[in-house]
Amino acid sequence: MRQHIYEILRETLDAEHPVALATVVSGPDIGLQWLVRPDLPVVTTCADESLNHVVTQQAYAMLNRDEQGVQTIADRHIFIETYPPPPTVIMVGAVHIAVELTTFAKQMGFRTIVIDARGAFATPERFAHADELVHAWPDDALNGRLHPNCAVVVLTHDPKLDDPALLVALPSAARYVGALGSKKTHAARVERLREAGIPDDTIARLHAPIGIPIGGRTPVEIALSIMAEIVAVRNGKRGQLRGA
Amino acid sequence: MRDVLDAIQTWHARGERIAIATVVNTLGSSPRGIGAKMVVSDAGNMAGSVSGGCIEGAVFDACQQAITSGQAALLHFGVADETAWEVGLACGGTIDVFVEPLRD
Repeated sequence: MRQHIYEILRETLDAEHPVALATVVSGPDIGLQWLVRPDLPVVTTCADESLNHVVTQQAYAMLNRDEQGVQTIADRHIFIETYPPPPTVIMVGAVHIAVELTTFAKQMGFRTIVIDARGAFATPERFAHADELVHAWPDDALNGRLHPNCAVVVLTHDPKLDDPALLVALPSAARYVGALGSKKTHAARVERLREAGIPDDTIARLHAPIGIPIGGRTPVEIALSIMAEIVAVRNGKRGQLRGA
Repeated sequence: MRDVLDAIQTWHARGERIAIATVVNTLGSSPRGIGAKMVVSDAGNMAGSVSGGCIEGAVFDACQQAITSGQAALLHFGVADETAWEVGLACGGTIDVFVEPLRD
């Protein structure tokens, strides 16, 4: 690996941005490499433009599918390794459930981000265990931050804060979007989202009432049911759970 | 890769030369998945892993060779392979490991 490719790879991983690395693993070009980042032109010492293009496209495709392995491209065996951004739970609303959910999410290997513009809620004392505590309005804080490995959990109970978060999260790439609230609260919310111009199939993506049904009452029980739902969605099992 | 970055930084800062080994293919049972990394320096340091310990010795030697020669290499370990018995790949699978020097 060339030093300049390694430096960019390290910086990208430190910044937790998505990146793929493609390497010829046998034959005359052994060791030839491409670093592929969605926000940069491909970094490589290969001068073959058409090969660069094919490798870049394949690397993007595998990055998006969270896959890696050896591919045969233009008669070369090329190992493509992918580094999607880390799985992250983003909580909007620094409420009691978020304190408990941060604990579960950390334990399950997720990064945790808690967003609340209200300083009384989002205190470092309550969220010492969170990776990041953001004092900002939810739509500002979420814009540009969401990737397929994100789960967005909306917990403020206040439409003034919940709705702007959902308007950003629902059309985004985030794999999971859930919102707290009863069936009645949810029906009213669906109407507001429709009026705001969100298409029905996008609204249907919203997990609400949030969590799998375990009869949760206390904040820690509700946090557990939300965590279980996020894991179920990640593992492709959400349909079975909902139907149960 | 994330698990070996700190080691690379530390060794690089000390002026040690480094090789990187990566699992690029596995078949059957294998303890580390595709993408698992082990890094080695010419001072004899080692971090990360490419198996449960059964092929690390052979990969360590291949890394030293890569550092000396400046050449990358693809290694194959499997139960049907005599050398694999020698290094003791007990898990019953096959593993391909790509070894490359980190160079300017």
